[in-house]
Amino acid sequence: MFAAIEQGLPLVAQPYLAIAEQIDASEEQVTSTINHWQKQGVIRRFGLVIRHRKLGYVANAMVVWNVDDECVEDVAAILAKQKVVTLCYRRPRVLPEWNYNLFCMIHGKDRAQVIKQLDDMCQHGDLAGIEKKILFSNKAYKQRGGKYSQASASGN
Amino acid sequence: MDALDKRILNRTQRGIPVSEQPFADIASELDCSEDEVINKLQHMLDDGLLSRFGPMYDAASLGGAFTLSAMQVPEERFDEVTEIVNAFSEVAHNYKRQHRLNMWFVVACESQQEIQSVIKDIEQQSSLPVYDFPKEEEFYVGLYLPV
Repeated sequence: MFAAIEQGLPLVAQPYLAIAEQIDASEEQVTSTINHWQKQGVIRRFGLVIRHRKLGYVANAMVVWNVDDECVEDVAAILAKQKVVTLCYRRPRVLPEWNYNLFCMIHGKDRAQVIKQLDDMCQHGDLAGIEKKILFSNKAYKQRGGKYSQASASGN
Repeated sequence: MDALDKRILNRTQRGIPVSEQPFADIASELDCSEDEVINKLQHMLDDGLLSRFGPMYDAASLGGAFTLSAMQVPEERFDEVTEIVNAFSEVAHNYKRQHRLNMWFVVACESQQEIQSVIKDIEQQSSLPVYDFPKEEEFYVGLYLPV
């Protein structure tokens, strides 16, 4: 079943029934397994995998923050609420080269828009005083690869 | 892309119902027909706007291991080092970014050990250090790009 849905659902009126027929199971077995995996978090999201560059989302910025360790949760909660933030992770500092311990991604249609969205974000909340850096990507040299790449948006 | 394409794209990004006729459910929400939803999604797949639709697995809960890595690559060596790094099948999403650490990529393996060995190999082949930024805590993942 895992293999059957890995490449995506068939685009037919009853896709779960189609999968069930492929693997010799009942439709109910397929849907209850999917629901179970979603509850467990094995399936993180069940939706579209879109090519964001093709939709005009060509500016992809990694914004990194140097947050006091005891405030990371609070700041992350503020970031996670922002509509434009698509990912937010805590990662280790690597001193002395790298001071930043909170990473988020903002996807936008151009750099000016991303900068404005970041400025707007920093107007409210307690974000204004935090040291941060915005790292735009110049070029996507490789967008796929890796055995589990379909599951990971973590560096995207 | 017409207005209905956009509504279908925005609606389905948020998730596909797990029901007998998921596209009919979406159609009734969007006030169009089931055929329209299916046909329009098929067009978007054919046009390459969508790569697929269905499950996004959480690789960590399947036993996979990831890290975000960065390198400081001298400008004149950038192409050469890109080739070295991208040759690893474990490397995904390699981006050039504007910073002293100018190359950022994800390493995806089945185990932590493999990650460390890939990083070591990249360091050896490039003669450059690789900085390792594994995810310590995940606060939010919700890639939603309204059109």
